[in-house]
Amino acid sequence: MDTQTLIYLFVGASFALYIGIAIWTRAGSTSEYYVASKGVHPVLNGMATGADWMSAASFISMAGIIAFAGYDGSVYLMGWTGGYVLLAMCLAPYLRKFGKFTVPEFVGARYYSQTARVVAVICVIFISFTYVAGQMRGVGIVFSRYLEVDINTGVMIGMAIVFFYSVLGGMKGITYTQVAQYCVMIFAYMVPAIFISMMVTGNPIPQLGFGSEVSGTGQSVLERLNGLGAELGFTPYTDGSKSTTDIFFITMALMVGTAGLPHVIVRFFTTPTVRDARKSAGYALLFIAVLYTTAPAVAAFARTNLLTSVPNTSYEEVPAWFKTWENAGLIAWMDKNSDGVIQYGPGAAFAGKPEFTAERGASGERLLKNAPTPTTTEVYVDNDIMVLANPEIAGLPGWVIALIAAGGLAAALSTAAGLLLVISTSISHDLLKSNLMPNISEKKELLAARVAAGVAVVVAGLFGIYPPAFVAQVVAFAFGLAAASFFPVIVMGIFSKKMNKEGAIAGMLVGLIFTFSYIVYYKFINPTAGPNEWWFGISPEGIGTLGMIFNFIAAVVVSKFTAAPPEHIQHLVEDIRVPRGAGAAIDH
Amino acid sequence: MSASKQEAATAYWKENLRWMLILLVIWFVVSFGFGVLLVDQLNAIQFFGFPLGFWFAQQGSIYVFVLEIFFYVWKMNQLDRKYDVHEE
Repeated sequence: MDTQTLIYLFVGASFALYIGIAIWTRAGSTSEYYVASKGVHPVLNGMATGADWMSAASFISMAGIIAFAGYDGSVYLMGWTGGYVLLAMCLAPYLRKFGKFTVPEFVGARYYSQTARVVAVICVIFISFTYVAGQMRGVGIVFSRYLEVDINTGVMIGMAIVFFYSVLGGMKGITYTQVAQYCVMIFAYMVPAIFISMMVTGNPIPQLGFGSEVSGTGQSVLERLNGLGAELGFTPYTDGSKSTTDIFFITMALMVGTAGLPHVIVRFFTTPTVRDARKSAGYALLFIAVLYTTAPAVAAFARTNLLTSVPNTSYEEVPAWFKTWENAGLIAWMDKNSDGVIQYGPGAAFAGKPEFTAERGASGERLLKNAPTPTTTEVYVDNDIMVLANPEIAGLPGWVIALIAAGGLAAALSTAAGLLLVISTSISHDLLKSNLMPNISEKKELLAARVAAGVAVVVAGLFGIYPPAFVAQVVAFAFGLAAASFFPVIVMGIFSKKMNKEGAIAGMLVGLIFTFSYIVYYKFINPTAGPNEWWFGISPEGIGTLGMIFNFIAAVVVSKFTAAPPEHIQHLVEDIRVPRGAGAAIDH
Repeated sequence: MSASKQEAATAYWKENLRWMLILLVIWFVVSFGFGVLLVDQLNAIQFFGFPLGFWFAQQGSIYVFVLEIFFYVWKMNQLDRKYDVHEE
């Protein structure tokens, strides 16, 4: 069978599986729809959380980003895993004990305030839409690359699938689909990683191969990378170029942001007991760690392959994958000195993303419209290529390529579904049921949740088809805002009995407004500003950490000067601190 | 809650906080300590083919995070029973 047929087969089979699961697990009550009746086994919940968490960006782009950033890429590895330690110890068990359906619901109840709840809902919707737009785009890209349909058709197929199983199944359907998606995704990631590790080092375990010798050179992978890089003028792979302060702040913002992301937190509402909520945080991180410890190894192998096979090679002799991905538009070569040989070094070869003309150059390369930069480097390599091209670089059979396509789709769809559910829940439960239409029946609330999910899918799809130019930049928003708003407010709600409504609202507003303004200023109004203009050298990606600190300070100061929370709130806090009495799903 | 139960709950919370603090210190040291602040010093040490600081930043800290959560799960299950606040 040729590769294209295999891709259709794998992707088709995985979609049939997801739809089958959705029909089998469809939701009949709001409790099933919002939190899967709190009946999900911790191991399964861990897998579902892993799939929910690992997005198209983790699956497709992360290894590539690390391959080009070297040590600097560590911020993502530590940042997107370390948050689970905070979740397991500071949030998950207590929120599960609280026993309701959504994060704004907790904020509203703990701070006895509808205002706080509404502020929380707005944050949830903003953070989740930001995130989901990127996922839909990811679905479109995988489709266009592997299934030879255009991006927009791809987005629409993706929308239809997500619509079907999130609207029908709610949290219950999504959870079991995500379990299947985790399995597809991790298998698809590990198979090429294992082969490429064997190819480069002879060791089948990527995490160990990462530290082994490159076959036939007597040098370890990292020594070789530093050596090859130095010859071409790159900073050493293991050193990186960001300041220590910035690395610190970005890592912290990503960790705390992870712990404050509503679609992650809500997963811990679905376990049967408090004990299981803790345990499933452990399993979630274990399942995530499989991919996150493999990614830096894949990054190093891919970078080694790139640096050994491309620089100073004539275009005619370059490996076939170089031309394949050039044709796909993810690699570009601008022969600046017209010698027919590929020069590769630090910096960008030309301004912006490649824009090809229809013509071919003297060596047969695709010509570009972009303005060249003064550097000598001639190559553009897209981050995504490291994972996508690996099977070809390693000379793997067609079914592995098909597997990557199915895996990338699983990663994007699972995250999109989790986010859409959070959006629909916030609208039907936190806005309609608690604010606008308190007398709504359960049946109608369920219908409202489904309609909201449907509308959200369409809006997310439109973002995918007409991506706002700022999609890449807004990821900093999602994490920064989650770090500066939810995390402090929830943690203080659990660990301080004295924290009151005024303190919490002041803290959220200070954290939000500060973080929002800083990101808007340095990303959109003055994007050329560099580390010298940033406050203390903190980039917009890391500013959520400072926002979080301001949130804590504002909340503590304001709460000292205002009335303590009422007696029953202090009892509520005492109650959520002990596991006993969590019970099954709590009715409203 | 009766007085003795109240006391048990307070003691449980205190011990929980103590373990949490210990684990958070470890969490901070392996990632922000070894992987960020001390990375240059540790990189002078070779560890199974890795500069040690780099290994903590891209591998070691993640392994420690996983172990920490499972330790916390085990410890808390023990404390739940010790102070008789476990779920039925």
